[in-house]
Amino acid sequence: MTTVETEGTTTLQRGFVGQNVPRKEDRRLVEGQGQFVDDVKRHGMGYLHFVRSPYPHARILSIDVSAALELPGVYGTLTGDEVAILTDPFFQIAAEPGGSMKDYALSVGKVRYIGEPVAAVVAESRELARDAAELVMVDYEPLDVVVDARKSLEPGAPVLHEECGGNITYQGVWEWGDVDQAFAEADHVVKITDLHFDRFNSTPLELDGALVEYNRGTGQWTITTNNQFPGFAVIMMAPAMRVGTDKLRFVTQDIGGGFGNKITSHPQLVACCLLARKLNRPVQWTEWRTDFHQSMSHGNERWFLDTEVAVRADGTMTGFRTRVVDDAGAYLRYEPLGGVIWSQVAPGMYGWRNIRLDFTQAVTNKAPCSPNRGYSRMQHLWFTERIVDIVAHELGFDRVELRRKNYVQPEQMPYETPNGCVYDSGDYPASLDLVLDLIGYDTIEQRREEAASRGKLLGFGIGSTLDSGTNNFGQSQLVNPDLQFSGNNEVATVKLDIFGEIVVTLGTTPQGQSHETTAAQVVADILGCDVDAVHVRAGHDSYWNSHAGFSGTYASQFAVTGLGAVKGATEMLADQMKTLASMVFQCPKEAIELADGFARIADNPEAALPFMALGAIPNANNAGFPIDPPPMNARFVYRPPFDVPDKERKFGNLTLTYSMQIHACVVEVDPETGVYEIVDYAAVDDCGVRINPKIVEGQVMGATAHAIGAAMFESFTYDDEGNLLTPNFYDYHVPHTLDMPPLTTAAIETPSPFTPLGTKGMGEGGGGGIHCICAALQDALRATGSPIVTDSHNPYHRVFEMLRHPEHARAKVEVTGRSAT
Amino acid sequence: MSALPSTSMFVDVRVNGERYEREVPARRLLVHFLRDDLDLTGTHIGCDTGSCGACTVHLDGVPVKSCSVLAVQAHGASITTVEGLAGDEQTPLQRAFSEHHALQCGYCTPGMIMSATALLEQNPTPTEDEVKVALQGNICRCTGYWNIVEAVMAAGKGSA
Repeated sequence: MTTVETEGTTTLQRGFVGQNVPRKEDRRLVEGQGQFVDDVKRHGMGYLHFVRSPYPHARILSIDVSAALELPGVYGTLTGDEVAILTDPFFQIAAEPGGSMKDYALSVGKVRYIGEPVAAVVAESRELARDAAELVMVDYEPLDVVVDARKSLEPGAPVLHEECGGNITYQGVWEWGDVDQAFAEADHVVKITDLHFDRFNSTPLELDGALVEYNRGTGQWTITTNNQFPGFAVIMMAPAMRVGTDKLRFVTQDIGGGFGNKITSHPQLVACCLLARKLNRPVQWTEWRTDFHQSMSHGNERWFLDTEVAVRADGTMTGFRTRVVDDAGAYLRYEPLGGVIWSQVAPGMYGWRNIRLDFTQAVTNKAPCSPNRGYSRMQHLWFTERIVDIVAHELGFDRVELRRKNYVQPEQMPYETPNGCVYDSGDYPASLDLVLDLIGYDTIEQRREEAASRGKLLGFGIGSTLDSGTNNFGQSQLVNPDLQFSGNNEVATVKLDIFGEIVVTLGTTPQGQSHETTAAQVVADILGCDVDAVHVRAGHDSYWNSHAGFSGTYASQFAVTGLGAVKGATEMLADQMKTLASMVFQCPKEAIELADGFARIADNPEAALPFMALGAIPNANNAGFPIDPPPMNARFVYRPPFDVPDKERKFGNLTLTYSMQIHACVVEVDPETGVYEIVDYAAVDDCGVRINPKIVEGQVMGATAHAIGAAMFESFTYDDEGNLLTPNFYDYHVPHTLDMPPLTTAAIETPSPFTPLGTKGMGEGGGGGIHCICAALQDALRATGSPIVTDSHNPYHRVFEMLRHPEHARAKVEVTGRSAT
Repeated sequence: MSALPSTSMFVDVRVNGERYEREVPARRLLVHFLRDDLDLTGTHIGCDTGSCGACTVHLDGVPVKSCSVLAVQAHGASITTVEGLAGDEQTPLQRAFSEHHALQCGYCTPGMIMSATALLEQNPTPTEDEVKVALQGNICRCTGYWNIVEAVMAAGKGSA
């Protein structure tokens, strides 16, 4: 692994910001002293185990829990019939027809995928709860199954949710520019019949869980959990449970990875809440690995059908049109937001001005989808990268030059896309040059010959992606005009405590993103103290008053929203500290500076108050002041500057920042077997100002590893009967140490002009690895019949199929000239 | 012999130097015994299939996945968990994990460190390939392993 340090382009003054400050989180984590949700215990707690459906689609005729209840040590059960009485269906983000969907904490009347929770049992031990769950007798009447989203749209397909009148949950046409004219003026049109983005997710190592306590006196639940978006969970749960949001206290601490997959645990949390109240005891739930794979948070599978790309003779790509079928799985837990989120990056990194995308989302008898690292943009960026490489492949353009020519250029920044999104900054061609340099692009042809001499097919590929961060939740109104969400926010409090301790609370729920460290770096620079003097509380607690409606850790935003809130609160505190010092010294506030842990008169540094004195005055020594001393306690809500998008035109700025990644790789394919290996890999990342470069690089590496896994190994594959074939880590292979290629990383910094610190949200990486591996395989197989790569997931057997039958893939692509359009 | 099979057994183990005597259900996994009965929650669980290595501990000096060992099988054994590594100071490997940013969420870290500690005890200056082979039974979903391999090699005696 090599890190190439490049010169930063930022001119910001830096102290701790920009340094590789060691992580505050590490001490407890390397000693096994972290506190993850399953580590939390309460006296008398019961363990919850879900009874899950063995059928992908069936009516529930009856549920009999009596045998389970008779087992000594079983505390109680919960069934869908009780849930339907005690709660209302979850609020749906979708408009009609998806908006009619009835979704509860447990199945009511029907199951729609294998692994769906139909009942819950609570017992005195984990083992007993499992035993008791097996004693719950459920009678099912199996129904016909549909697992392919394209088939679920056909007439006569089994209908999952009768109340929706069919399997479509969302449909919308997204069109900008003059698409017909672009095609009329095109010199070439490249047509691709189908492209398929596969179903997988990032499988955090820690599973979902909660410890839920109910206080009968106050009617309040305390939910200690690893849900990564409490702001979302509470607005889903409170109305369903018919209580105010104040009755649901969320507490998180260490979270063992999330990647978006821990956003949609609200149905399970409701079941825990109902049982904690019913049984009058704390209820502990930790998912098992097979439960997670079968039922939680699959990434969106997506088809791009009948795609056409308009290209001029000189290689300028002027437009594309396609028909998308998105597979949401059986329920809408965060969907249909995937139906709009892709449009944050509608033209990818390219200058396409004419785009038409006909988006249909359907339900199938598979696990529900929810966000997964790169959520919805990854699918779309894979599509844009695929069509760029297929255009080059079919029309004979150089892939590098085609990108260089069609990329949005640095002098166009900030760049408004055809749908009104604003790419804040970036230098895509320079980043491309850098990654080509890292991978040794000028030697590729020699290496190809050398590999051929060993009987291997060498391929080179590029994946250029955007990581759009800091959502404008107003985009939700583009899929449902009646929604009343817009903008975004995050909260921080910073206070100076009685002995001078600087204490920071956040609304975020980090899962490895190092918020304790980076927040402390920002605070220390503003207050002029050491980073070790700043104490950042880990995790989220509704009692801290440091959260707002969108609080959580998701969608590449902490460096903007979280640190924006930290900066705002710290500047308020700094002002209070200077005010108090000026009251003590009876001098103008402007004469005070904060440095070295003191508030002092800049021109007379001996007149200095230690932070301890400042903290003590309002807290414990406040007599004699003619006016109130400032409280040494600040709360700031950061609100990014957004407008509500234009719903008619589907136009507006949907995210505040656009980090950029260009990945490149070299693969070697065995032409006899289809087995391939990534022999070289490079990644360039630009996320604006880096608070802590080492932490940024860690995120780049993690995103790369996820992409390699998705491209080569990881797939939630279902058979036609709705059985998940990869329900655990035994069958679902995630990359191990031996799977990882040599990696070189580098960063450039183009500060965002729109954010408080010049930072951009980052960490998702848009699946650059998936794109570049697909491109490298297509390049390698040029010598064996030139198949195009039409699937995001290419295990060895699929490569073997392409080697043996390149004509199958060739049949999916066609080039026509101007007359044919 | 009694007519009915016994469902629990007496277990006498030494964990991190401390002796524990407990009557445990015969089917209880060692990892649940450590976590739930002894409250040593540094040892984690990430799968149902012995695939992820988050639960790795040393059983009489040998790294094992404690989800694949029954608590009763540990009777008479000496166990080291991640909580037992650091004394007044962290081990060089623990420090190297921090210095090389070899952890993000930290959930796999105890298992990683236990596997790598066992490697370094056997082979203080492993090659990169030897480190990768030794850690192939431990899954990390945050780091992509590059920094983990780097940290283990740095903690090896040869690289100081």
